[in-house]
Amino acid sequence: MKIGVYPGCSLTGSARDYNESVFALAKAFDIELVQVPDWNCCGATAAHNLNRELSLSLPARILATAEKNGLDEILVPCAACYSRLIVTQHELKKNPELKNRINEIIGMDYRGTTKLINVIEWIDASIIPNLEGKITKPFDYKVACYYGCLMVRPNKVLNYDRAEDPQTMDIVMEKIGAHALYFPFKTECCGAGLSVSRTDTVSKLSGKIIEDAVHRGADTLIVACPMCHSNLDMRRPDINKYWKSDFKLPVMYVTQAIGLAIGLTPKEVGLQRHFVKVNIS
Amino acid sequence: MARIGVFVCHCGENISATVDCGKVAETVGKLKHVAFSTDYKYMCSDPGQTLIKDAIKEHKLTGIVVSACSPRMHEPTFRKAAAEAGLNPFLCEMANLREHCSWVHEKNEMTTDKAIDLVRILIEKVKINSALQPIRVPVTKTALVVGGGIAGIQSALDIANTGHKVILVERSPSIGGHMSQLSETFPTLDCSQCILTPRMVEVAQHPNITLYTYAEVESLDGFIGNFTVKIRKKAKSIYEKDCTGCGLCTTKCPQKKIPNEFEEGLGFRPAIYVPFPQAVPNKPVIDREHCTYYLKGKCKVCEIVCPTKAIRFDQPDEVIEVKIGAIVIATGFDIKRSNFFPEYGFGKYKDVIDGLQFERLASASGPTSGAILRPSDGQVPKNIVFVACAGSRDPAKGIAYCSKICCMYTAKHAMLYKHKVHEGKAHVFYMDIRSAGKNYDEFVRRAIEEDYVNYIRGRVSTIYERDGKLIVKGVDTLLGAQPVEIVADMVVLATAGVANPGAEELAQKLHVSYDSHKFFAEAHPKLKPVETNTAGIFLAGACQNPKDIPDSVSQASGAAVKVAALFSQSELTREPLVAYVNRTSPPMYSTCVGCFLCQSVCPYQAIEHEDFKTRDGKIIKTVAKINEGLCQGCGTCVALCRSKSIDLHGYSNNQVYTEVVALLNDY
Amino acid sequence: MSHSEHSIERDSLAYAIEKHVEVHAQKCYQCGKCSAGCPVAEEMDLPPSLVMRLLQTEKSSNDDKVLRSESIWLCLTCEMCLSRCPMEIDIPSMMDYLRQRSRSEKKVNPKMKNIVSFHKAFLHSIQYTGRLFELGLILDYKRQSLKLTQDMMLAPKMISNGKLHFIPELLKDMPHITKIFKKTIVEGGSK
Repeated sequence: MKIGVYPGCSLTGSARDYNESVFALAKAFDIELVQVPDWNCCGATAAHNLNRELSLSLPARILATAEKNGLDEILVPCAACYSRLIVTQHELKKNPELKNRINEIIGMDYRGTTKLINVIEWIDASIIPNLEGKITKPFDYKVACYYGCLMVRPNKVLNYDRAEDPQTMDIVMEKIGAHALYFPFKTECCGAGLSVSRTDTVSKLSGKIIEDAVHRGADTLIVACPMCHSNLDMRRPDINKYWKSDFKLPVMYVTQAIGLAIGLTPKEVGLQRHFVKVNIS
Repeated sequence: MARIGVFVCHCGENISATVDCGKVAETVGKLKHVAFSTDYKYMCSDPGQTLIKDAIKEHKLTGIVVSACSPRMHEPTFRKAAAEAGLNPFLCEMANLREHCSWVHEKNEMTTDKAIDLVRILIEKVKINSALQPIRVPVTKTALVVGGGIAGIQSALDIANTGHKVILVERSPSIGGHMSQLSETFPTLDCSQCILTPRMVEVAQHPNITLYTYAEVESLDGFIGNFTVKIRKKAKSIYEKDCTGCGLCTTKCPQKKIPNEFEEGLGFRPAIYVPFPQAVPNKPVIDREHCTYYLKGKCKVCEIVCPTKAIRFDQPDEVIEVKIGAIVIATGFDIKRSNFFPEYGFGKYKDVIDGLQFERLASASGPTSGAILRPSDGQVPKNIVFVACAGSRDPAKGIAYCSKICCMYTAKHAMLYKHKVHEGKAHVFYMDIRSAGKNYDEFVRRAIEEDYVNYIRGRVSTIYERDGKLIVKGVDTLLGAQPVEIVADMVVLATAGVANPGAEELAQKLHVSYDSHKFFAEAHPKLKPVETNTAGIFLAGACQNPKDIPDSVSQASGAAVKVAALFSQSELTREPLVAYVNRTSPPMYSTCVGCFLCQSVCPYQAIEHEDFKTRDGKIIKTVAKINEGLCQGCGTCVALCRSKSIDLHGYSNNQVYTEVVALLNDY
Repeated sequence: MSHSEHSIERDSLAYAIEKHVEVHAQKCYQCGKCSAGCPVAEEMDLPPSLVMRLLQTEKSSNDDKVLRSESIWLCLTCEMCLSRCPMEIDIPSMMDYLRQRSRSEKKVNPKMKNIVSFHKAFLHSIQYTGRLFELGLILDYKRQSLKLTQDMMLAPKMISNGKLHFIPELLKDMPHITKIFKKTIVEGGSK
């Protein structure tokens, strides 16, 4: 099986661990991931905050490149990139005039035919059905699934899981043997793109999420977004300073948890790259 | 030879300000067959009508055109005047110079020309009008009231007290409706059951009322004064005449864990049950969906213990057919349950309850005997939050309207809580306080001023559970949207009032219209709030939109008066502007070929079959026949008839063509 | 466009918002649910519902307050407000527009300069490499914000965990990216 993939910038840098776990899973399930050739950055928060046309043009170039190369479906593991790409598709579908304008800017023929798949959809469609007999080490932990914002909102555009108390990731985790906890903070924002410019705000918001998960007895947080991961993991010293605490709760990508369950080593799924030590194997 | 009279009304200045009424009268006066033409300031006034009557007699007029306002306003006035002068009322036509001309155009020559045209075409039409006689139909003086809540009870009693028979049909095993579930009622805080149960008993005892509980309307045929209704009496599985209501069966039934509907799921009931102690009738029914005998084929404990041998496991449903003359729909409303709110936990938190559940907690006859206790652990909540507008005024959730009753009952709930839990703290999140009504706002002020209920203006964003408490995240918009986080023991959602399940199906069975929220629709929002647009069917209570008790009772009495007025006549007359299928001499009988396309499109089920038979009963031909009682004269069948065999009295094809031709011709 | 176009102040911010992002400020009935759910409302000078109210007045002094507010830069675009708004008002899209207006009218709140600097540094990074070069971004941001010592402790660990590159990955077709930036940022005047 072959499918397109748009890794996005984080997965080549600060979220290498995520990238490694996605590719390791793909390999374990005989899925060939083909990168969108010469892909560029989606523009992230900065672009839509500062310039609307740029925020649509950058994703449009990625999508048009995928179309040109016959990639009908692309997996977008990064929830932030996924959001920018799908919002662009939505906006340009809604407004043909805007689509023409963006096509003029990028000098390409974007049509909007690519099907975008987030990581949970990919897992649901390609991993879960083939899981039988593969689980060698059931992930027997209490987990708090943290979806963040971009997997579920804007709900009407994404048309994915329900916006309040989403379940898809919980169900995936239960399938590999985990106990998914009731976790009301699963869609509260971690502070997102303010990580560098307003570290205090991020420490406060991410801290609330960690504190509640710890309080409910979680062994680990499960995430599917590199931005959330970096705020919850890399920013942990700031969080602990802000909250005057010593939270040791690890933060794992959903793909890492599945990887461990099917017997991949912690290193194969990049766990050694985490800032907060993961005592789960 | 036609002799037509034209009467042009100024309508004060309503018409004459833009139309030259004198010129209209003068111009049409010169037309062929116009024997008399004049203008006058107010044709509808007494002198105006006299003017018309005198002219009819003096000029021996064969038809008149009153050129004034919309026929919706004064057609009856002028037709009556014509009749008094000896002219068949259907030889009087009205040209609408006000709504169709003066009100919608500027003052100029073209406007006057248009007015002349409007009069002209009706002069041509009235020339070929025929004298019609009103249709007379008999009246069956028995009313059907559907729904046994307070509105249905009130309507039934009021109609019965005028001396007419009433059949009251209630879907559940007892009458009483939502009002019987309520604890105390605003704004007086009198006990709901104390004021309701005497009425329930009166219904049961009234010689003019036949009560069918555990019964539903199956179908309806006929028309005003002459309906036939089929009622399905669901099997109660007991023989009511033998049952003494001793209640032994209900205490011995081994199946005891069925969520109690009357207690809004806060308690349990057995499979054979009486919904509540004061139920009318106070005799049990077996809930076959949950009864062990029906599920597994054995048990029959109730049959064994019944001292009068009244249990009937094999009792079938019974469908009865009754003739009635009028219907009052009083099927009430429902509320959204707490599972309608994703942001408040999808109904997952046991201590987030809805308004009706709170009523049961506060009710002396309720599952806690009136003590306010958390459903999760039976503890007294020390901190309670009430959320108004839960689902109402929320277009995103599909409910844009205000449910009207929640502001008041939320104030009442907070007050009842404070009266029962003195040391407790009650908070109300609200958007606006809508307390228009006699002594209503004073009631809300009492909650705030005397009972120290903490009113916070803002909507709750989310509720979540932590350590057995409910964290309520809201905001105080009067403090510049300051965040408010309350750690509550219990939350009560004033959920939106919605149409009852099955309302749409019932509306379709009864052929009455309903709105996009499935509430029954009134014929006119202001002047016909009690009527539906099906003659002879009226509305009472919250089936039309959420209403409180006083409003429901008022409307119920209003509906009863409508029924009584209808029943005060021995026969009904109605306008003969109905369709008819032509008749020709045998052997053709009619040009109708019997395709019955008309029948499939008639919105009023007014088209029947008529057989022409030989003397020995052999059918020669079947043609369409219009039931004059049902036909509303919409003309759909006329337009569709391929053999041009149907026409409409008063608006025949010929009359309409004549009008069009008149408009096209110069004068 | 709204039915009541003739009655709205043409030079108001509310009108511009209707025109550019089809958000109708008058729909807001001030329930405050957005402010109640907003994760950063506590830090904002104007919580979202207050921004809506100011816009509804169609007064230039209030429009100015909005454009000079900290709130528009603190907004995380988490979309919680929109997802719970009973009137389905797209506040996030409106915030994007307000940020761009605030910059073009040179009304960015001085306290928010760091946030803007970060966004600018981010876009610079993409402009010159096509992809985000995290090390370059941090250095550029430090240069712009003068926060020289911030996150000094983070970098070594990132490097040892293999999460920070020293050399940017360059796109093959860089001229294409340059062209896109030229047509949007440079010509659009939001450099």
